[in-house]
Amino acid sequence: MADRARFTELTMEYMQPLYTAALRMTRNPSDAEDLVQETFLKAYRSFDRFEEGTNLKAWLYKILTNTYINSYRAAKRRPEKADVEDVEDLYMYRRLSELQGLDTGRSAEEEVLTHITDDEVKQAIESLPEAFRIAVLLADVEGFSYKEIAEITDVPIGTVMSRIHRGRRALQKALTEYAAGLGLVAAGDPGH
Amino acid sequence: MGTGSSGDDCSESIERLYGYLDGELTDERREAIKRHLDECPPCLDAFDFESELRLVIASRCKDRVPDQLRQRIHEVLMEEERRRESTGN
Repeated sequence: MADRARFTELTMEYMQPLYTAALRMTRNPSDAEDLVQETFLKAYRSFDRFEEGTNLKAWLYKILTNTYINSYRAAKRRPEKADVEDVEDLYMYRRLSELQGLDTGRSAEEEVLTHITDDEVKQAIESLPEAFRIAVLLADVEGFSYKEIAEITDVPIGTVMSRIHRGRRALQKALTEYAAGLGLVAAGDPGH
Repeated sequence: MGTGSSGDDCSESIERLYGYLDGELTDERREAIKRHLDECPPCLDAFDFESELRLVIASRCKDRVPDQLRQRIHEVLMEEERRRESTGN
């Protein structure tokens, strides 16, 4: 029988990152809360099947992802494309190299990295189609390896890799559009 | 980016950029790219940007857990524990 105190001790530190992942998946705070609550309950119920010392974080994320796919993705609030367009390597870096920073001392790349907001990053991730969004958030926000993501999402490693790489490039395209809002000018312009 | 004979090295390095940053390359390939980055400032600059962008994305993507959610989870787990104790499960 699973000990609630032990379960709580081991899993509470993951509540914040699980909530963040739930928000990016569901794109809806109310659904995200329900999803996280359900995840903790399921995890507690199957905790006696979890082998202590193995990858607890990946185990919790698998429960979260499966629960999302089985219960929440049906409630799509807006129609979405399933694929992303192909975007070149180093998209954002190359676009920004063509611009100059607002202060003479800084490059456009530094400006963007410093000034891009939490909301812009979150919205950019949320703008990705679901499969790419999940891959990118597991890789880049949570730091899971390709192998761990393959296990969490139950998808072959090659597919994981493709979704991460293409998802990142699509994310960069979205972020570069936000950068345009910072008013960075093309190099060589007299100024603004 | 890159000129002459190093142009191919640049293309290959860029193609393997994500594998490199994700630590998913073989030791041999990783060493080869590392050598190229030591010799190619433009590629190093691009790799550094990608690496920093990753850190920025992770750090901007945090959300505070609402107190009510913490509370709800606590209550739900307590209830489950009580349920088990009463049914002997």
